[in-house]
Parts: sequence; structure tokens; C-alpha cells
Amino acid sequence: MPHRLIRFALSQRHPEPRMFTRHATLQREYEVVIIGAGGHGLAAAYYLARDHGIRRIAVLEKGYLGGGNTGRNTTIIRSNYLTPEGVQFYDESLRLWRDLAEDFDLNLFYSTRGHYTLAHTDSAMRTMRWRAEVNKHFGVESEAVDAAAVQRALPMMDLTCAGHAPVVGALYHAPGAIARHDAVAWGYGRGADRRGVEIHQQTEVTGIEVRAGRVVGVETTRGRISTARVLCAVAGFTPRLLDMVGLKSPIYVHPLQAMVSEPVKAWLDPIIVSGSLHVYVSQSARGELVMGASLDPYELHQTRSTLDFTESLSAHMLELFPFLSEVKVNRQWAGLSDMTPDFAPIMGVTPVEGFFIDAGWGTWGFKATPVCGKTMSATVASGRNHPLIEGFTLDRFERFQLTGEKGAASVGH
Amino acid sequence: MKIMVCPLNGPRPVSEFVYAGEVRHSPDPDRCTDREWSDYVFNRSGSPGLKYEWWCHIASGFWFIALRDTTRDVVIATYPVESVRAGTRGSPA
Repeated sequence: MPHRLIRFALSQRHPEPRMFTRHATLQREYEVVIIGAGGHGLAAAYYLARDHGIRRIAVLEKGYLGGGNTGRNTTIIRSNYLTPEGVQFYDESLRLWRDLAEDFDLNLFYSTRGHYTLAHTDSAMRTMRWRAEVNKHFGVESEAVDAAAVQRALPMMDLTCAGHAPVVGALYHAPGAIARHDAVAWGYGRGADRRGVEIHQQTEVTGIEVRAGRVVGVETTRGRISTARVLCAVAGFTPRLLDMVGLKSPIYVHPLQAMVSEPVKAWLDPIIVSGSLHVYVSQSARGELVMGASLDPYELHQTRSTLDFTESLSAHMLELFPFLSEVKVNRQWAGLSDMTPDFAPIMGVTPVEGFFIDAGWGTWGFKATPVCGKTMSATVASGRNHPLIEGFTLDRFERFQLTGEKGAASVGH
Repeated sequence: MKIMVCPLNGPRPVSEFVYAGEVRHSPDPDRCTDREWSDYVFNRSGSPGLKYEWWCHIASGFWFIALRDTTRDVVIATYPVESVRAGTRGSPA
């Protein structure tokens, strides 16, 4: 009955249920304007509306919802960091992740897999022990394991790595997990929308008005908005936004590429990371191997793909798993990483009153989505940095007080 | 960008080169304030644009300057450091 189907499709009485409302016009004024409708921006909007009672919020997105790094990462969630600040922050994030699907009433395909960070040298093993001890101190489940334990968990892995970088041990982190990244943006988006937050896609911010050191408005491609509070959550576009308010930062942008294989039978349960071989890999629920390597070697504000990346990542994958030689790569893509010198984010208040940032999320932002939303919403609502983000403020650089997370950044840099 | 023209060796695959960041001028550490020094050590011009950058051809160990458009990934010119010192090329920054 195709006619009835068409009538149903065109009927206004049975519109397709949408995740969020499309608003025809921007209002002239909002209490809070959030730039960037990725996971971080939407999470902040969600918690601002849910926990802080702020309803007049606009989330502005120049592309489409979740189309930036939220939809481009390799979905790994873990809290086995190196610094006390990092461990506590990401551990809180992990706690939030576990209840998120229920919060949203949406299946996030959150799947706890266990996470092995391979060590190929004694010095790497030393860092693993260090991380394990810091983690245990804060109640995070991590332990240094020897090569035999790695082999037992991963019988299909070539522990000699074709002879040139034998695995000597690993950091095992049991809570390591993966999740469906798009659903995270949709879940936060829908939750925020239901609480009255307006999400405006295809709306680019072209300027931020600052008068006497405080934010007064935002210029967009769809007109001007008055607001006293702006949260900037735009990943690789952060330097351009900071230019609009005249702030300097150490952020530099390099592309980060990733790729997936064709779907294969489930064989890889844990998540495997090797900093020395520049590989991180997990198997998704539909059987694809989701793989990443390291940052592209030079600054670039473009998401092009390169053959160099596919070639070298495939070569390293084959050192670990030689039996994959017949498996094909299905697709590759890139995102723009806003990197910082100490591999920790830049969050919180800035010298411009009413301008808050959630940036410097480089290659480690997806796992932090819930806790960033929580802490940034509290920061925006109160005007003071949430205690969990005090190690991540912009002014730490002028105080020469860095939060060195390079040893736990997982991607080879 | 797949090929880069080395001022010494001519066109070579980009994998033979390493990037070493934008050309910047250090303030005098004995005279500048702590704030000026931290600004120099940490802050970068993160926005895209035309930038003068240090590059090195690894195989020959030759350092030179490239003017590159970091939005389009196109190298506009490469030249040896000497030509900047001699004032025959546009001085970076």
C-alpha cells in the first residue's frame, strides 16, 4: 500500500519523532550561549538546565550536531592517567558514564572491555608502574602485569611484535570501555532540548562582543545575540574563538586520523594501546576494528586523509596481529585536535569576564564528556572554577605550573 | 601536501622532512618579565593562516624556512635561513 505509506510520511499528524526541536529563529537574548554542539557543549547545556535551573540557553553549532570530534574519535573511555588531577577527574567521568544510558533512556552501547597499555621497554614499564600506583592511590582499578598475563588475555597477539619491539608487560585497566559516540551527543542534545535548551545548527559565531573586559554579546551568521556568559567548546577551532576575545593560549592544532576495518567475527575483547608502536585498537559491537595512531606531524586546519597514515598504522597493526593481513580497511577520517604543551585540557574562567573555555582536549576529550559537562556547568553557573578543574586552568602556564599528562596520553606524540 | 621543495635537495617526499614549529623570536631572558617569558615559552599563534615555519630535511640534516598556508596545506615558498639574514627574502614575523 504505497499510497498510504506516502500519506503517512507527509502527514503532519504523525511527524517522525525527532531527537530535538528545530528552532526557526534565534532569540535576541540568552542567559548562556554555548558555542559548539558537540558532546562537551551539549553536556554542559544539559547539566546547566537540569542541575542549575538555567533554561534560556542557546547552543550554537556551525555544522551539525556531533559532527566534530564527538563523531570522529575512537570512543575509548578510561581513567588510568598519570597525575592526581587527571586521575580524579577522569574517574569521576567514568562514574557518570555508567549511569548515562539510564539518564538518557537511550542505548549508548557502553561496553566495559578492559584496557591494556603495552610496554615494550623497561622505561615504559616504569611509567606503567607509576601510573598503576597513582591510580590505586585514588581507588582506580589499574595494575602492572607481565608479558605472560598479556599473552593469556590476548592469545592471538604476537608478543615479539615481529621481533623488533617485544612486549615486556602492560598496564591493565579493568574499567576501560567503549561507547557509541554519536549517541552521547544525541542523548545530551535530546535531554537538553526537553529542558528548554535551544540547539541551533548551521549557525556560525562570527564575533564575540567584549566591553570593558566582559562579554556582552555574540555575532552569528543569523544575527546578534545579547548574553553575559559564553562557553566555548569548539575543539580544533578554539584559537579562532580566542582571537575574537583577544586571549592568547598555548593551543596548537594538528589533525588526528583514525580508520576502521571491514567487520570481522568478534575476536578482540579488550582495548589495546601501544604508545611505542603508535597503535590503539578496539573491536566495535558490529565487528569493525576501530584503529588510531598518532597525531599528524605538522600543524594543519583541515580534515584530509593521508595514505601515509593508513600505511604506517596497518604495518604496526600487522606487527601485533599478523593474521589480519587479509583484512581490508573500510574507511578513514580525521579530526582537528587542539593540543596543549602538557597534554592536559584548558578549562574554566578566563581573564575575560563571562567567557569560559572547555578546550585543549587534543586527543583525549571523548572520555571526559560527562565530567566536562558537569564541571563546566557548575563553573558557568557560579562564575568560579569547579574544584575538579583547578589543575586545568588557562593561567597555569604563566605560573609555570603544568599538569604533565604526556605519559598517559596513550597516543604517541 | 605530498612533495616539498627543499632549498638544498630539490623536490622530496614530505615524509623526509620534520616540522619544528613557527619561526619565533625569543625575548631577552635577562631583561624580560616572567610574564613575557611564559608568553614566549608556551603561547602560540594557534589560528590558521600563512606562517613561516622551521622545517628540516632529515636525510641531509638541512634546516630551512617554509612559508605555508596552514588552512590549505600548501607550501608557498621554501628558502634557506641565510637569505632571510641577508634580507633578500621576506623576514618571518
